[in-house]
Amino acid sequence: MTVAEPTAAAPPLPEKIALKYPGKITVQEISHGAPIDQPTWVVDRAVLADLARDLHDDPETRYDLLLDLCGADFPDRAAGGGDRFEAVYHLYSLPRQQRLRLKVPLAEADPTLPSLIPVWKAATWFEREAYDMFGFRFEGHPNLRRILCHEAFQGHPLRKDYDPARRWILTEDKMYRPHFDLPEGEDDMFERMTINIGPSHPAMHGTFRVMAVLDGETIVASDVEIGYLHRCFEKMSETHVWQQVIPYTDRLNYCSSFINNVGYCRTVERMLGVEVPPRAVWARTILSEFSRIMDHCVCNGTTLVDVGGLTNFWYMFQPREEIYGLLESCCGARLTVSYCRIGGLAQELPPDFEAHCRRLLDYIPPFLDDVEKLVDKNRIWMDRSVGIAAISGEEAVNWGWTGPCLRASGVGYDVRRAHPYDLYDTVDWEVPVLYGGDVYDRYKIRMLEIRQSLSIIRQLLDRGMPEGPHIVDDPHVALPAKDAAYNQMEAMIYHFKLIMDGIQVPASERYGMVEGANGELGFYIISDGSSKPYRIKVRPPCFPIFSTFPRLIQGGSVSDAVATLGGLNVIAGELER
Amino acid sequence: MTPATATPSPRPQPVPPGLDAPPREVQPKKMTWSERLYLPLLTGLGVTIRHMFQNIFFPNRRPTIEYPEERREYSHRYRGHHILTTRPDGSVRCVACFLCATACPAECIHIEAGEHPDENIEKYPLVYEIDMLRCVFCGYCVDACPEEAIIMSNNYDMAYFTREQSIVGKADLMKPYTFNPDRLGYRPIYPEEQAQRDKMRRQAFDLVAAAKAKAAGGETGAGAAG
Repeated sequence: MTVAEPTAAAPPLPEKIALKYPGKITVQEISHGAPIDQPTWVVDRAVLADLARDLHDDPETRYDLLLDLCGADFPDRAAGGGDRFEAVYHLYSLPRQQRLRLKVPLAEADPTLPSLIPVWKAATWFEREAYDMFGFRFEGHPNLRRILCHEAFQGHPLRKDYDPARRWILTEDKMYRPHFDLPEGEDDMFERMTINIGPSHPAMHGTFRVMAVLDGETIVASDVEIGYLHRCFEKMSETHVWQQVIPYTDRLNYCSSFINNVGYCRTVERMLGVEVPPRAVWARTILSEFSRIMDHCVCNGTTLVDVGGLTNFWYMFQPREEIYGLLESCCGARLTVSYCRIGGLAQELPPDFEAHCRRLLDYIPPFLDDVEKLVDKNRIWMDRSVGIAAISGEEAVNWGWTGPCLRASGVGYDVRRAHPYDLYDTVDWEVPVLYGGDVYDRYKIRMLEIRQSLSIIRQLLDRGMPEGPHIVDDPHVALPAKDAAYNQMEAMIYHFKLIMDGIQVPASERYGMVEGANGELGFYIISDGSSKPYRIKVRPPCFPIFSTFPRLIQGGSVSDAVATLGGLNVIAGELER
Repeated sequence: MTPATATPSPRPQPVPPGLDAPPREVQPKKMTWSERLYLPLLTGLGVTIRHMFQNIFFPNRRPTIEYPEERREYSHRYRGHHILTTRPDGSVRCVACFLCATACPAECIHIEAGEHPDENIEKYPLVYEIDMLRCVFCGYCVDACPEEAIIMSNNYDMAYFTREQSIVGKADLMKPYTFNPDRLGYRPIYPEEQAQRDKMRRQAFDLVAAAKAKAAGGETGAGAAG
């Protein structure tokens, strides 16, 4: 409801920067014919590296978090003599809570730009992704190779001239060759052993392949191969109408699919300028929190089962099971809910919704208590987790972390608090922060957050369900009620028109974000005014987190690597889209 | 706009720590002496023993379900196997308007339309196939259908030996559970909502009747006064 997103008006360029880079930076105020949603600068690539360094270091700007890096392709611009590509950086300043978007135009003939890894380590994988999807060349990147598509893939799939139906066959000789960051002069592989964990390994929580170089039992270096679950979400979204993307978003973070629904729908709603009815907002907040609880339960349960605590797995999965029951009674599916629609919810809430929620509020805490009694002070678990894969807040920020993992390292950044959406600023809750930065604190912070979520839900339930419809009454956005569609000519026409043509989202671009279960879930959407998205980029929270994995497990043992992976809550569906 | 209950105003919220200066060092948890001695494990042991006795003495409270003898109760909104509904004469209700095939994000519905012998109906599907392996069970076809011709059941047992079997044709889609309302799933109008709607309609009729009666009474009253 309350919209407290970054100021829409583009801020003036700081004088210092304008003087230092004369004529190289322009402030963009209109994009795609609509006012811009957040401060945006168009930057000449010649100054990008220096500018990034300044933005990061200067105490007046302090953009310490690189949220996202993606490309966009505009063949029409190239036809008009402009630059075909655009590299888009989303920056965030934690102390000032401000966002900045940098756009770097790139010509088709020479899409090269400097690598920003020296400034933000988070760029490591994002640059590889942009290379994979658009063919941008990042000069100075140590390991610029495909990340989501396999090595035999030819062409760059998110370019507009790439046929979505085109397939490539992966052959044996194109298999991934690991790249290890071994210390200089220490490439004596006879002393070492390289082992392969995954891709189909029960401890890998999805299909990732970790190749680790061991010296005795210690991991000296490692490399991660991902992309086994890449489903071309972004390309497929461009071939579907706006509503049809919603079932796709379910499959991003499938442990908390409702939050993905909300993130996508919210962004599109704000592009459309649609006001969501209070009842839908209320239900969205409650169900998002339940989804968060579910996600944290899965994460903690699986982490603990990976280190041998099977009982906790049962105790953590039972609340999840019951929350699935709630979601199923609302929308008819347990995992892939597709319950949000652009403009509200797919269906009216079930009659016993409030009672069901209250039942769950009483049902969940005993399970949390049991798990906390079992492991919180359990030395067996503490030996496996305290101080393991520890990362300081500063470093985590540099790697682009958000969400519970960052909060376990002492940085209290939470989108729900920093940029409140829905009803989060009308309830009292805390952002738990811990300072260990290790596997133990990542477990603990999730337990604390579950309690906060329960408290949020309780406050909202006490407030009572708002009156009104569950979806906006706008026939250009939402399907008319079934009764009307059966009985009234006009509604019937709207019904047909909306399904055949889809929603027409005005040409604009927007970066919308929600707090996903493992960090800031961003949707950067460009619309060209047609019934299909022009470009959708998901900012998956676990992507930068998982890119840190080789750094985290370095120096530990293989069993530590397993515990680390569980605590990071990497969800393959979201990581690889 | 919608008549909303008063939206509570935003409250001042404390700013969480660590945003200004992210900590450079980690501070891992320190173990207390009792933790060093593994003493809290006894509490944990208590938890598991309590659960064990609970499961022995109250088997009904066990959360596990012995599938397939026992099945989880799903709500009647469950999005399972599709059903093509029929007219009272048993013919398929679908008019082959292709809305479901258009709305389908997985492109799993294949329809071939034919002329219906009854000229009031125009079209009907000669072929109506759903590829269950492609289907994502999002329910968009049900939302799209203007005839209530496709609804869903709560059947989730779908296993096939070959890929060809997974393409379910018109005859099979018309068969299942049509006459067993307990096994229906996601559909536009649910019984309890229908009951609610009927109730509202009755109330509206009553109100109209009451108003009419009152107006009639008022008129007669006015007439009497005049």
